[in-house]
Amino acid sequence: MEFEVVIGLEIHAELKTRGKLFTWTANEFGGEPNTRIDVITLGMPGVLPVLNRKAVDYTLAAGLAMNCKINRYSRFDRKHYFYPDLPKGYQISQKDYPLCYDGWIEFDVNGEVRRCRINRIHLEEDAGKSIHAEGRDDVTWVDFNRCGVPLIEIVSEPDLRSPEEAIAYWRAVKEILEYLDVSDCNMEEGSFRCDANISLRPRGSQEFGIRTELKNMNSFRFVQQALEYEVKRQAEILRSGGQVVQETRLFDVERGVTRGMRGKEEASDYRYFPEPDLVPIEIDEEWIERIRRSLPELPRAKRLRFMEQYGLPEQDVIVLTGTRALADYYEAVAQSCGDPKAAANWVMGDLIGFLREAGRSIEDSPVGPEALAEMIRMIQDGTISGRIAKEVLEQMVATGKSATQIVEEKGLRQISDVTQIEAWIDQVIAENPAQVEQYRSGKTKVLGYFVGQVMRLSRGKANPQQVNALLRKKLDQQ
Amino acid sequence: MSTELPLYHRPAHELSAALRRGEIGTVELARAVFERIRAVDEKLHTYLTVTETIGMETAAEVDRLLNRGEPLPPLAGIPIGIKDVICTRGIRTTCASKILEPFVSPYDATVMRKLHLQRIVLTGKLNMDEFAMGSSNENSAFGPCRNPWDTDRVPGGSSGGSAAAVAAGTAIAALGSDTGGSIRQPAAFCGVVGMKPTYGRVSRFGLVAFASSLDQIGPLTKDVTDCALILNAICGHDRYDSTSADVPVPDFTEFLIPEVRGLRIGIPQEYFIEGIHPEVETAVRRAIEQLSEMGAQIEEISLPHTEYAVATYYIIAPAEASSNLARYDGVRYGYRTPNAEDLIEMYRKTRGEGFGPEVKRRIMIGTYALSSGYYDAYYLKAQKVRTLIKQDFDRAFEAVDVILTPVTPTPAFRLGELVDDPLQMYLSDIFTIPANLAGLPGISLPCGQTREGLPIGMQLLGKPFDEGTILRVAYAFEQANPYHRLRPAL
Repeated sequence: MEFEVVIGLEIHAELKTRGKLFTWTANEFGGEPNTRIDVITLGMPGVLPVLNRKAVDYTLAAGLAMNCKINRYSRFDRKHYFYPDLPKGYQISQKDYPLCYDGWIEFDVNGEVRRCRINRIHLEEDAGKSIHAEGRDDVTWVDFNRCGVPLIEIVSEPDLRSPEEAIAYWRAVKEILEYLDVSDCNMEEGSFRCDANISLRPRGSQEFGIRTELKNMNSFRFVQQALEYEVKRQAEILRSGGQVVQETRLFDVERGVTRGMRGKEEASDYRYFPEPDLVPIEIDEEWIERIRRSLPELPRAKRLRFMEQYGLPEQDVIVLTGTRALADYYEAVAQSCGDPKAAANWVMGDLIGFLREAGRSIEDSPVGPEALAEMIRMIQDGTISGRIAKEVLEQMVATGKSATQIVEEKGLRQISDVTQIEAWIDQVIAENPAQVEQYRSGKTKVLGYFVGQVMRLSRGKANPQQVNALLRKKLDQQ
Repeated sequence: MSTELPLYHRPAHELSAALRRGEIGTVELARAVFERIRAVDEKLHTYLTVTETIGMETAAEVDRLLNRGEPLPPLAGIPIGIKDVICTRGIRTTCASKILEPFVSPYDATVMRKLHLQRIVLTGKLNMDEFAMGSSNENSAFGPCRNPWDTDRVPGGSSGGSAAAVAAGTAIAALGSDTGGSIRQPAAFCGVVGMKPTYGRVSRFGLVAFASSLDQIGPLTKDVTDCALILNAICGHDRYDSTSADVPVPDFTEFLIPEVRGLRIGIPQEYFIEGIHPEVETAVRRAIEQLSEMGAQIEEISLPHTEYAVATYYIIAPAEASSNLARYDGVRYGYRTPNAEDLIEMYRKTRGEGFGPEVKRRIMIGTYALSSGYYDAYYLKAQKVRTLIKQDFDRAFEAVDVILTPVTPTPAFRLGELVDDPLQMYLSDIFTIPANLAGLPGISLPCGQTREGLPIGMQLLGKPFDEGTILRVAYAFEQANPYHRLRPAL
């Protein structure tokens, strides 16, 4: 039997608001345990939550960017369960009236456009972290630093049809949130994680099969492995006439297998009810418009525009739009130097390479877009050669100085003086009679050798086009 | 007449004036109250924690300021006790529960910050029913408080300690909290004035939550003037409480005029039910007549959904309570069982050993009401009925300015009388619960005594944020009657 894979993702992203969702304490990753806390975070008796409206702004931005409808009346609900890292015994979340619902995003899988519908995006508070002491089973510590950090949950419809597609969708969501600058999406720090629901059904069937849920994954690779494993596992069960058990499973990274969660799958009753300590959120047209106006160009739109406007190949555009900062940088360089292709090559190739070696990112590049554009213009007007430019750029990254400064200081200005170049050529021809012989007997490939020798004599400063032309002339005429 | 009373029996506004005139000293006043506590509180048990050192320090400070002739707020130097459900920084806040017995709050409730700005003399933390659940103060984990008028009787609840303290002079005034009548009912039982302000009028930040959508802090005082003074100090929007209302706060003392002519007073027929104690009914009806004679216009009105109020309340309040009390898990503060092998056992034993029987009963009711499959039938339905009850009042207030009712069906009952009959106990809040469900302000003030000498109270309910008008009617009635000057013989 042929099976069709059906996957839906619940993506959790922490929002990078300055304060927590319901209190003023700083929302920052890390720190000594229990240093980013206050009486509200700890759920002390008598405390009340106060909504951080910036978190609502961010959620609306995510919703609008993902083509969601916005609930004009939204509210928070309490979700109850007991766990040491949940101080109040309930999580403030959203059940019946999420901020955003009924959206979709498009993304590319192997050059094809796919669309995944989004069921809802709601806002909630993150929990703390339980720390189980190594080698001791009599004690558990709790760190509440993360507790109360705003978190959005983006719930997709079961529209994804392969692990690969699920990953592509997940990446697309991450990219959008990064472009919106609402989440760090730092998977290692756990600020971007996901649960996956996966089931199989006979190809052509309209009904869904029984699904399993894979919990709390925070790496693209692991999600892909886990989903692929589940596809195989469920297919084997179904082929042998068995039934998939609806359960929550965890991915064992070491062994590359998924495992049913120990013990219980007693249906938990969260006893949701409307949070009485917060008033409902009423969202008017003006609020929505304010957020809509603040939205940046989104990754897919930017890619299409870059291809169209700058005539760049898709592969280059994917690299250049990898982050909003990089795309903005590229665009500034392209517009300033007037040569989008050259700008693309310098940004993608040498600049990124040098930055990586220097342990820096585009955001804290010592070379601003205008400085790079200036350098490219110096190539265009023949002040320096492309080869010299490479060296100049390396210096720019290392010192933060401008191209002009470096060229002047090191005397790297390109030499286009015909007399000087001819002198070098004559010297090279005189010193290499054997190669001259070869050239003249038809092995014109040795031209490159001559060019190299002339460039060496000029310490790289000779204008390569001129060297080429003059060499040819000299070698051919005799 | 009241000037002949001992200091601890005199109302705050008189003491405040006497302090300013230099007739008495703040330390002298504070000492009188703390001595009164020492003299009678073994019998009454109005306090769970007495803060004499802190109180005397403030008193000395206020005396220094008075001597220097500095302008001071109206409540400066007034000995005030606080129901032990309101968080006080550095002072134990137990909610009369074993589970919070060791809890010292690291922060002050908003009302405490406001009272400290007034430089009150904090006398201590007052007894109450555990987590404000109860109508008799018998649910205190640290022993019941007794009614100063008859120590075999209950002071009411849950703010029983607050009402008894003001009546007995172990405090000049007190703060309580009212979720279903917890200020007004004990005020009636103890013959003092108690007000539950409009929901949202006073910040709940720092009030340990029982039922968040119903809880409201309010004053218990020896007379209506003191009630207005304390309201002036504690009302107002608070950015730490999203449910506190951003509406202007008037000077409530401006409503203290002995004049009710032309005011329309509604008498809801549903509040004079069968089973109401005859002496209570007589006293309240006499009060109605008196107000009529004073020129108020008396209107019969109907609040048809009144009979559903208790049932509605006993879904909503326990539902919210079951959620609000989930945080007492022994992990971060308060009591933790010393003998648990694993996490689940720690939860079970901590909560099992920490909570008293009434609290457990309500957690179970509330948990049940919120369970999937029952939510719609109970909680959601109760919310709908709550809306109907609120609409009853909206309609009634189109025709009248205030509503007058009894506070309780009976005067104070005996300790132990209703302990085994929770349903009967719940019915003692039948006249006070609707105001909580509708979010309205309500005041309870003495309007008579039984032949046995037990206080009887009447209740005035007002439109949202119209505490002023009920203060005015209460003040006019009080000025025409002697009840607020009566003191229990102890």
